[in-house]
Amino acid sequence: MALKMVKGSIDRMFDKNLQDLVRGIRNHKEDEAKYISQCIDEIKQELKQDNIAVKANAVCKLTYLQMLGYDISWAAFNIIEVMSASKFTFKRIGYLAASQCFHEGTDVIMLTTNQIRKDLSSPNQYDTGVALTGLSCFVTPDLARDLANDIMTLMSHTKPYIRKKAVLIMYKVFLKYPESLRPAFPRLKEKLEDPDPGVQSAAVNVICELARRNPKNYLSLAPLFFKLMTSSTNNWVLIKIIKLFGALTPLEPRLGKKLIEPLTNLIHSTSAMSLLYECVNTVIAVLISLSSGMPNHSASIQLCVQKLRILIEDSDQNLKYLGLLAMSKILKTHPKSVQSHKDLILQCLDDKDESIRLRALDLLYGMVSKKNLMEIVKKLMIHVDKAEGTTYRDELLTKIIDICSQSNYQYITNFEWYISILVELTRLEGTRHGHLIAAQMLDVAIRVKAIRKFAVSQMAMLLDNAHLIASNTQRNGICEVLYAAAWICGEFSEHLEEANQTLEAMLRPKVTTLPGHIQAVYVQNMVKLYASILQQKEQAGEKEAAQEITQLMIERLPQFVQSADLEVQERASCILQLIKYIQKLQVKEVPVAEEVIALFAGELNPVAPKAQKKVPVPEGLDLDAWINEPPSDSESEDEKPKTIFHEEEQRHSRHRQPEIDEEELARRREARKQEQANNPFYIKSSPSPQKRYQDTPGVEHIPVVQIDLSVPLKVPGMPMSDQYVKLEEERRHKQKLEKDKKKKKQKKEKRGKHHRHNSLHTESEEDIAPAHHVDIITEEMPENALPSDEDDKDPNDPYKALDIDLDKPLADSEKLPVQRHRNVETLKSPDSEVPLVEKKSKKPKKKEKKHKDKERDKGKKKEKEKKVVEEEEEEEEKKGEDLDFWLSTAPPTAPTPQAQSEPGTGTAVVAESQEVKKEEREEQDEEEEDEGKKSSKHKKKKHKKEKEEKSKDKKKSKKKSHHSEEEPPVSVQNGTLEDEPLPPMSSYRLLAENPYIKMTYDIQGNLQNDSQVTVSVIFENKSTSFLKSMELNVLDSLNTKMLRPEGSSVHDGIPVPFQLPPGISNEAQFVFTLQSIVMAQKLKGTLSFIVKNDEGSTHEKLDFKLHFSCASYLITTPCYSDAFAKLLESGDLHMSSIKVDGISISFQHLLAKICFHHHFSVVERVDSCASMYSRSIQGHHVCLLVKKGENSVSIDGKCNDSTLLSNLLDEMKETLSKC
Amino acid sequence: MMRFMLLFSRQGKLRLQKWYLATADKDKKKMVRELMQVVLARKPKMCSFLEWRDLKVVYKRYASLYFCCAIEGQDNELITLELIHRYVELLDKYFGSVCELDIIFNFEKAYFILDEFVMGGEIQDTSKKSVLKAIEQADLLQEEDESPRSVLEEMGLA
Repeated sequence: MALKMVKGSIDRMFDKNLQDLVRGIRNHKEDEAKYISQCIDEIKQELKQDNIAVKANAVCKLTYLQMLGYDISWAAFNIIEVMSASKFTFKRIGYLAASQCFHEGTDVIMLTTNQIRKDLSSPNQYDTGVALTGLSCFVTPDLARDLANDIMTLMSHTKPYIRKKAVLIMYKVFLKYPESLRPAFPRLKEKLEDPDPGVQSAAVNVICELARRNPKNYLSLAPLFFKLMTSSTNNWVLIKIIKLFGALTPLEPRLGKKLIEPLTNLIHSTSAMSLLYECVNTVIAVLISLSSGMPNHSASIQLCVQKLRILIEDSDQNLKYLGLLAMSKILKTHPKSVQSHKDLILQCLDDKDESIRLRALDLLYGMVSKKNLMEIVKKLMIHVDKAEGTTYRDELLTKIIDICSQSNYQYITNFEWYISILVELTRLEGTRHGHLIAAQMLDVAIRVKAIRKFAVSQMAMLLDNAHLIASNTQRNGICEVLYAAAWICGEFSEHLEEANQTLEAMLRPKVTTLPGHIQAVYVQNMVKLYASILQQKEQAGEKEAAQEITQLMIERLPQFVQSADLEVQERASCILQLIKYIQKLQVKEVPVAEEVIALFAGELNPVAPKAQKKVPVPEGLDLDAWINEPPSDSESEDEKPKTIFHEEEQRHSRHRQPEIDEEELARRREARKQEQANNPFYIKSSPSPQKRYQDTPGVEHIPVVQIDLSVPLKVPGMPMSDQYVKLEEERRHKQKLEKDKKKKKQKKEKRGKHHRHNSLHTESEEDIAPAHHVDIITEEMPENALPSDEDDKDPNDPYKALDIDLDKPLADSEKLPVQRHRNVETLKSPDSEVPLVEKKSKKPKKKEKKHKDKERDKGKKKEKEKKVVEEEEEEEEKKGEDLDFWLSTAPPTAPTPQAQSEPGTGTAVVAESQEVKKEEREEQDEEEEDEGKKSSKHKKKKHKKEKEEKSKDKKKSKKKSHHSEEEPPVSVQNGTLEDEPLPPMSSYRLLAENPYIKMTYDIQGNLQNDSQVTVSVIFENKSTSFLKSMELNVLDSLNTKMLRPEGSSVHDGIPVPFQLPPGISNEAQFVFTLQSIVMAQKLKGTLSFIVKNDEGSTHEKLDFKLHFSCASYLITTPCYSDAFAKLLESGDLHMSSIKVDGISISFQHLLAKICFHHHFSVVERVDSCASMYSRSIQGHHVCLLVKKGENSVSIDGKCNDSTLLSNLLDEMKETLSKC
Repeated sequence: MMRFMLLFSRQGKLRLQKWYLATADKDKKKMVRELMQVVLARKPKMCSFLEWRDLKVVYKRYASLYFCCAIEGQDNELITLELIHRYVELLDKYFGSVCELDIIFNFEKAYFILDEFVMGGEIQDTSKKSVLKAIEQADLLQEEDESPRSVLEEMGLA
């Protein structure tokens, strides 16, 4: 410390760097907090200094402290300061700090927008990289909106390092700013075919992530991904793609069929477990979606199960775990295939790893059947006994209950067994799940009427032995079962044999130690018990016994009246008064039992959990309106209670007329006896006196059997469920014998599995009849309940916003917001007008324009509007059909991936390319149809495709012969060429070059403005020096002028908004205004710049001539053939022709060239003849008819302006003559 | 998509945290504490995966450090394990047989390497070579930066 003091304040900045801080913290283990707060004070001082190095050091230390859990949000502004340092070292630290601690709530985050934009366009790729990385952690909706366009530009950066980062971050941008998805998607899609594998895999990652959330919008990409899947060798990419297919197949089962083969091949061949696991998972998903129609799908399932078995048997715990996990997916649809591995799974229950045991338990849940339920549960019970640790034991308990209760007790054949299991589970020490057991007891007792008697007897025993359960305070959880026991005994007291004894058990003083809510139930139900005893005694004429029981109540109830629990107290005092009143009546020898029992009359029905929500509001019911305007008169009041308690009436009627049904009853009893006689294990009981409940309207038709204890219970309250297992086995054996006999006599009626849910009358696939007939009451739902289950959808799904149709063409309004660069304010940044719609086009920019134009057309030609809309719809339809076709052309023996990649079939030509398939389809079509005339069907199809495709289909006849390398291009969507093996073309032409710098440029028409074009210039530093202060100037002509910032004169140049380190290139845009566009223009200009190297700096100049060709005023615009025909017929167009000889390139390449360099799109193409269309920025229509002869090409053109046309044709002649 | 990655020691000290979904500090702390407890409580022979909240957690222990990733339901556990391993290899290559102290004292480097390897929760480059190259070049840039800095600082002092 003293040393530090000596150091003084001058070099405070040196007193602690990160290492010192870390060391200091480690040396101050005892008073760490104090030490750190001291450090934070120092850091605050450091942050106040002007020196950026000191600040950066401080921020770095803060980042470390943040990790230790200290709040550093107060330094957010300082972090931004460090982010904006010009030195990479500091910038890196600043962005790291920001990515660690910024989030949407950080208010200064909006201050970063411009800094980030600047860094994104930095000539240093690592600046850009660090900004992208940081942004990916803290991007907010605002940042996403403001920077989307900049990032999108970076997706086409020359450096793959930047491209891949830009692509990855787009996903975050989409999430925060869903509007950017459509404009950016085409470029993203292009990146799937980026030459750099890193970029490609980034694009796959992003699209897969998107598609997983909203698969239906990405179905049209399936062919492309299929191609990637069969060609990629990168497991990381493969896994993503395969996962994506897993998401797509449920929407398109045919896709599944196509996938099975390559996936099984991968399963067989791959050595990477991660890939194998992914394939198996996807095959499972595919098979699930292909519920039918796969002939050999059992083979695939077998393969999966077999592979998974290998995983499960592996000694690696991880593989074991995943194997079980995947197995559980198969289980859902193919339970049989999994059930044969029951041994293996039961074995996993003994695994030392708890997570594996839990997985195995999950599996068991799905593996049970009527046949094996008892056996599995028995095994589980053994595990319960020996399980260590309450967590696992509780898990087991829950699982047992889940397994037994699943699908409405579907697999339980013997409910006595189940009740016994539940009772056995109450012996579990320290479980937290007493309430679960209680809920099951209640549910079963209420819903399985036939079991009530047995349940009541068991519950009575539980109550009797309540001291065992409640004695231990640690076993608190389990005393919940007493709640159920008390309720069941009370509610179904008519089944109680020893009601007195149970009542006494409930009145024991010990009860008052139970939790309040349980005591409350006790109190309530002891009255029910009391009522039924009373009735019994009265009917038997035992008045004294009746009075005795009343006396007992009066004596014992006060202990509850004194309870601290309000609920208990209230109920007890109420009831005490009631009973005192009864006592009075009893003394007067008035029969009271009927009235007392009426208090608890009526059957309770279970109500489905969602029932309340599903009650529809009846028509005409206004819930806000008054129900009763005036107070009703006495008469109606009398009636009301009746309707409310109408169940009471039922009950009375039951009392009054049991004899009426006597005959019917007898008949049924007879039938039942017969049945029971067939079952030697059924222990017959004398019918109990209380059978009234059987006559409840609505359940009469169900034969309900009285159940007696089939096993004498050795330990009171602790029945041995195992004995049921044995019994059950014998019973089944017997049943089987009987059945065999029956079979001979009559054909057995087998009912489908789906009937099982509501009743157990039907036989399971294993032909096991339940031990006794049980009526499981289904839970009640209101009438007219809507079957829909919308409640399952989460309205807050963040991915919902990304559910966007990506196939629809972009509208004018769909653009990314563009922020202009400050020093070129009046210039349009290139992307403002850019693209957005392209599909894989090499020149994205054009496409957008096309679409926009299309939209514009719509506006202008109202009469056509409808058509256009239809066409668009058809277009979409077409997409679907394309997929259809792609899918349908894969016959079972279809080209496997290997076959597809065989060189002999002509690389891209085969199968995989969607486009080629389209052609094929068209060929088929054509075979059916007359060539010249297109039937309406044909026409329709054509509309759907865009022009170029149309032209394709006309060419049918030739096509077949073409199928080799010369394959004509044909597949052009949206007017540009796709996927074709065309020579690389660049629209950038050389502008000027010297030893320092090379400039190439491209001119784009500006859609928004009919008198502007944008010139994009790429500056490439060829030297080893640093180029800066670049300024570009041109000599304006009368017609064409460079757009300069306001206030500057025509002699001022425009600064290029960046500097160029050695070897770096970057692009800048300049906007020019023009008046006439019918002639080509040339402008002279100069680029001045400063060359800086070790020897110093020199000023350099480079002159150039900027050539505005007429073609650069054209915008690629799609046009449909009928619109095209109308245009030609209109007669407003001037005509001109040219002919070029000595053409050796294929027609397809030729068309591609015209499309690319002259901004045309193909309307139709028939054989070696094509019609093409384009539009100028000032709205001139230009139509071409291109015919190819032996070695020549002739072009007839029509255009509104003859000068423009002839100039265009001249330019074209020049292009073509170079061919 | 990976949601976050944590590095912590056997004693429960956080050594590195990277969140791919911006999260408020309070939630981060809570999740880190909770997850550390869960993971540290697991026995050595247990499998590396666990389900936690609505996420899947993949972790692996290297010496005294736990590397722990939280991924989404549909992600592949094995490839995440591979990712962790690669990251460790990268650290190893960069620091030359890495140890916990390297990461403590150069925690920002560990972050830089991670940032070159994984971005926005997705793997960025599957090639170790190109990740290391990017880091080396960025470091080079930093060193270039640093030499003039000391001069500046001296000027600032004077």
